[in-house]
Amino acid sequence: MIFQAPILALLLVAGLASGVALWSAGFGWVVLRRWDIASGTGRQLGLERTTELVSTLFGLVMLAELAALLLFVYNADRMASLFVGAMCAVGTLNVNGWGFPALYLKIAVFFAAALWLMLDRADRLGRDYPLARVKYAGLVLIAPLVVADFGVELTYFLGLETDVITSCCSKLFTPVNDGLAAEMTGLAPGAALWLLAGGGAFVAVTGGLTLGTGRGHGWLALAGAAMFAVSLAAIVSVISLYVYDHPNHHCPFCLLQREHGYYGYALYLPLFAGTAFALGAGLTSAFHRVPSLAGALPAMTRRLVALALWGFALFGLATIWAIWSSQLILFG
Amino acid sequence: MTPWINRQRSLADYTLAALGRRKGKTFALVAVYALVVFVVASAMLFATALTREADLVLAEAPELTVQHVKMGRHEMIDGAEITKIAGLRGVSSVEGRLWGYFYDATSGANYTFQVPSDPALVPGPGEAIVGEGVQRARRATWEGAPLFLSRFTGDMVKFEVARTLGAESALVSSDLVLLNEADFRAFFDLPDGVWTDLAVSIRNPREIDTVIDKASRLMPDARFVTRDEIRRTYQKLFSWREGLMIALASAAVLAFAIFAADKASGLSADEAREIGILKAIGWDTRDVISMKLWEGALVSLGAFLIGTLGAYVHVFGFGAGLIAPVLKGWSVIYPDFRLAPLVDGMQIATLFLLTVLPYTAATLVPIWRAASADPDQVMR
Repeated sequence: MIFQAPILALLLVAGLASGVALWSAGFGWVVLRRWDIASGTGRQLGLERTTELVSTLFGLVMLAELAALLLFVYNADRMASLFVGAMCAVGTLNVNGWGFPALYLKIAVFFAAALWLMLDRADRLGRDYPLARVKYAGLVLIAPLVVADFGVELTYFLGLETDVITSCCSKLFTPVNDGLAAEMTGLAPGAALWLLAGGGAFVAVTGGLTLGTGRGHGWLALAGAAMFAVSLAAIVSVISLYVYDHPNHHCPFCLLQREHGYYGYALYLPLFAGTAFALGAGLTSAFHRVPSLAGALPAMTRRLVALALWGFALFGLATIWAIWSSQLILFG
Repeated sequence: MTPWINRQRSLADYTLAALGRRKGKTFALVAVYALVVFVVASAMLFATALTREADLVLAEAPELTVQHVKMGRHEMIDGAEITKIAGLRGVSSVEGRLWGYFYDATSGANYTFQVPSDPALVPGPGEAIVGEGVQRARRATWEGAPLFLSRFTGDMVKFEVARTLGAESALVSSDLVLLNEADFRAFFDLPDGVWTDLAVSIRNPREIDTVIDKASRLMPDARFVTRDEIRRTYQKLFSWREGLMIALASAAVLAFAIFAADKASGLSADEAREIGILKAIGWDTRDVISMKLWEGALVSLGAFLIGTLGAYVHVFGFGAGLIAPVLKGWSVIYPDFRLAPLVDGMQIATLFLLTVLPYTAATLVPIWRAASADPDQVMR
């Protein structure tokens, strides 16, 4: 294993998160079985009190997990110089078979954590713990993901050997390979831009309708998820080409490097945030009719919709700026 | 958003006032906390700055170094090999280098002897250019004090010191003694036509592997060391030492987390009464937890800033005197150099997660316990 401060910090976050998640899931299980808000027994009061601790503690480690995703990717990029053959984060993640699974799990934990935090915030708007069961059912579902994230991350870091010759991004993001990365790379730039514009329009229309009518949040969540997938494909297929000013360099990770002005962060941060807010709006809208939330929750959902639209708009602006400022001419 | 912001502002306001009422306790906590941050931050900042310094130095190194190896040991390389390698496509130049080490019994230090490749640095016959560390180790009384070297009992060679290299290049030149080629060969009794190693410049860095592949067929008993390999080795070395220091410091972080948890669980009579009154006048558990979280955040922020700033001054202002021997190694002639200040977002994020997260996690349970107790119970 490579003994580095960022790795130690990432393992600390993941280890702490999985410990808290396991303990919280145990408590969540009790809530699912025993929770009765109408009851005035000591046990129910105890559960109500403990729920404050669990919410705060789990919320804290989930916030740390959000930061850990950024640190994980940035660190993978930074460590590339330690491995023969690695040019960016792809090489570092390819050093053993656990790198990319660790990244995918981190992304899954990011979205799960973001949704849970929004649900928790919604629950705190009501005085009678209106979403306690839903929140703890979610926690019980998230816990295995958090533990798996820690396990895979630990295995990945323990297996990092610097004498391994790894492969660089040009080997992975090329249309001649098999797999999702190659499919995205092989997507024609024109088609990718049309898909992106379509996804953006879908988000704008559903978002606008949602803000106007207060309905249709599910459609916005769907549009957000679709936009996320389409955007990732477009980044690999065409946006990266414009950022690199190179017709064949498709890597979505080199974008995070200093040579390219850390441009990837301008694309990924609003995209991930916008998607999480869109999904969150869809989730919280399902509880608008809960009596104790009927007053405050729609306003919160509305804010989530606005934040989602801001996120996607910033992503759109970053995309347009990448194309506008590029020296590369792909069409015409 | 406004009500939420107003609420947080009021909580922060209240918490600051509450911390001000317990100055002694707050100061002790922040001091210990800042000390923990200081140790971890110093290790991180120093290791990163050293890695960067090594990178800068290596930027001037040749893309490829070729050494002759016999029985697993480094041997002098024959000058005839220069033409073999120079003939390979992609190689822009090959230069034989002369360098070696000399133990000076009078100062107890090892000097690095070298024939400079830069003609401007080649001293005249009987002259030497020396690093600032050499004069320091010899306790030279004036800058141009001649260099007397004894290779064996009864031997004495004198070199006039033409000039001393400045502190700005100390990291690479501190222990350096530069001679011209004839003096070097005479001093070490080397025949003509042999070199310590060969420095190979390659036009396109992507062709380095191909050049090594071809050259290794011409010289099967040679060792090829690339610049990237040296850089990777330095990076691994410094990051390993940094990780080791942080792992050791983690014991301090853990001890501090226990200390903080203990402090947070043992509420003073005043604090208990304060919480009791707050709950009695209508604050609920969530409000008290929020207030206590604000308290933790303010303490963390203060300690984090003090610790990080202290580490910055320690590393870049005072050369990390407290931890330098552990991280940079030790030698009689150690370069006296200043590190270029360098802090990036990843260091700050890492430091934050390594120090603030354990503190916050450790204090949450006691905070909750205090916040969820009944008013009469805490006031009693």
